[in-house]
Amino acid sequence: MIATTAPAPVYNERVVKLFVIATIFWGVAAFAAGVYIALQLAFPMLNLDLPWTTFGRLRPLHTSAAIFAFGGNALLGTSFYIVQRTCRAPLFGGRGLADFVFWGYQLFIVLAATGYLLGITEAREYAEPEWYVDLWLTIVWVAYLIIFAGTLMTRRESHIYVANWFFLAFIVTVAVLHLGNNMSVPVSFLGTKSYAVFSGVQDAMLQWWYGHNAVGFFLTAGFLGMMYYFVPKQANRPIYSYRLSIVHFWSLIFLYIWAGPHHLHYTALPDWAQTLGMTFSIMLWMPSWGGMINGLMTLSGAWDKLRTDPVLRFLVVSVGFYGMSTFEGPVMSIRAVNSLSHFTDWTIGHVHSGALGWNAMVTFGAVYFLVPALWKRERMYSLKLISWHFWLATIGIVLYITAMWISGIMQGLMWRAYDQFGFLQYSFVETVAAMHPYYLIRAAGGLLFLLGSLILVYNVWRTIQGDVKQETALPTAPAAGRA
Amino acid sequence: MIKHEIFETKTLVLLLGIVVTVAIGGLVEIVPLFTIGETIEKVEGVRPYSPLELAGRNIYMREGCYVCHSQQVRPFRDEVERYGHYSLAAESIYDHPFQWGSKRTGPDLARVGGKYSNDWHVVHMTNPREVVPDSIMPGYPHLATTTLRMDNVADHLKTLTIVGVPYDEAMIENAAADLAAQATPDADLSGFEARYPKAVVGDLDGNRGQVTELDALIAYLQILGRMVDFTTYRPEYANAGGQ
Repeated sequence: MIATTAPAPVYNERVVKLFVIATIFWGVAAFAAGVYIALQLAFPMLNLDLPWTTFGRLRPLHTSAAIFAFGGNALLGTSFYIVQRTCRAPLFGGRGLADFVFWGYQLFIVLAATGYLLGITEAREYAEPEWYVDLWLTIVWVAYLIIFAGTLMTRRESHIYVANWFFLAFIVTVAVLHLGNNMSVPVSFLGTKSYAVFSGVQDAMLQWWYGHNAVGFFLTAGFLGMMYYFVPKQANRPIYSYRLSIVHFWSLIFLYIWAGPHHLHYTALPDWAQTLGMTFSIMLWMPSWGGMINGLMTLSGAWDKLRTDPVLRFLVVSVGFYGMSTFEGPVMSIRAVNSLSHFTDWTIGHVHSGALGWNAMVTFGAVYFLVPALWKRERMYSLKLISWHFWLATIGIVLYITAMWISGIMQGLMWRAYDQFGFLQYSFVETVAAMHPYYLIRAAGGLLFLLGSLILVYNVWRTIQGDVKQETALPTAPAAGRA
Repeated sequence: MIKHEIFETKTLVLLLGIVVTVAIGGLVEIVPLFTIGETIEKVEGVRPYSPLELAGRNIYMREGCYVCHSQQVRPFRDEVERYGHYSLAAESIYDHPFQWGSKRTGPDLARVGGKYSNDWHVVHMTNPREVVPDSIMPGYPHLATTTLRMDNVADHLKTLTIVGVPYDEAMIENAAADLAAQATPDADLSGFEARYPKAVVGDLDGNRGQVTELDALIAYLQILGRMVDFTTYRPEYANAGGQ
């Protein structure tokens, strides 16, 4: 199937532009909400003691905005961009269906977010939306699958490109997880309240089967699809190893599903399930690093570009963070480690090294790639501002995760500390008071990350306006020792 | 030998391959939990929530308490000393959904019932720092002034019977009356106490005139962890190591 004389297909770039703008908008909203709730933990008066502004309601708003609004729009937008180009085919279903997915997904976000503020929630972490929002998302998601799979089927390339395997796995598995974890019976079809079909142990297992694979397929497989397109594109190099991508794709999606029970160590979940979860979590380290190696080694022969190309720097550092958090995760899944880390801020730090370091950084790289490409500009308005964004974000993440490591491990140790008479050494609230300085550092890190994203907004705005800032070449370190 | 090319050229084969690959782990871990009898050991004392406790539990979920409080005591010396007996599977058997939580920004609440007085809870929920100066919990002053709205409480119980909670006909029939009676001083509690043993009754929030959201939340908090009597509970393996 070699399309020699066929006219160049007309890609739907309009919907990708919408998704890029939505990604940036929700990203800033998610980061701002994160900074605010971080400050609430340091200064409880910021809860304002109003029903709509307490930590308990804003925290799901923050997590959903980050994962589903920021991450989701990034995934939908990039997958639509990538699938068209790697298939040399326009989006299946035409402009109407693509627009439906875009606006339908934004409606899902708004319905979910307003629900949280009003206290309408299923109280299942990362799956908080109530039954009517879940049903709406199902419809939108099926339309998304039809567009994506339809585009693959109408492609004019002989093979399906690697990035699309990951996107397809993400779309299909998220659908299965969403349906499996959200089974509930509404009290009335005119009301918002529903009760989950399962309870206790079984419900916990289902929830973390869902919860961990929201990480595995939403935040990992989908974002690996982004990596597999943008890293080779920006570095102008082919993927390091095609064989490695096959091996790590199948092993990653097979192993990830098993890892959920590591969220339930030492609970009433039967031991055999906990052990399976731990074992597969440790095995998962290998395919994860397979992906990291494949991404990083794609830069073989092009490492010098890191000094001059801030976009590539975002992409490469994101893969580095991916490698770090996929090592930290298996460590934390070991029962003995988990007995200390679970229920503490260490988990929060781990999540953010993944969400900020990996997901957000690769998304920023993709946005800086896409904006000039979509709006037909020569380059971004200012490369220096990209560098500023990069350093603010990186320093912010480092402050965030180191603060959480210290506070998490410290709190875990304080909970289990005994004094010389054999009594518990600390009351619970003493461990809370000890967290205060680290909550301040964490908020400062989050603030830097938020500032960086505002620089992105400005840079994107000027680029879309058609402005190009005349800049001297970026200062580069002397290429010491390199021929 | 199957060539990988088929997955790279046939969309439906790739899709099917993905579905089969991701199905295995979930099936192996989830299905047995429903079929193996030992998943949940039967324990005496665990009962469905009273209507008022259920309303309180819904407020607990609505306010997102689960994002900072766990309800799962792990079998460690320090946790058992701090919170009480480690959690049993049976204790959350009527929790639709479970509220074990994943973070302890505040302490575990699995056994908070009976630990503090109703009055303490009233002050604490209104302004936590009045009783715990270093607390970082939000205040919920509006709970004490908001009348509990649960007109269709019988429908809630009926819905829960669909998912397997054994509310009987008397419980559903008396749901609305039980809801009010539990928080009303000097109410006629004949029948109620037999239906919901150990439920805390009376004027829970110090406001005699109305049944508020705070009444419901306190009723829920005060039953947490108290249904099973651990002075008589003896898991079969507990004696194996000697005590």
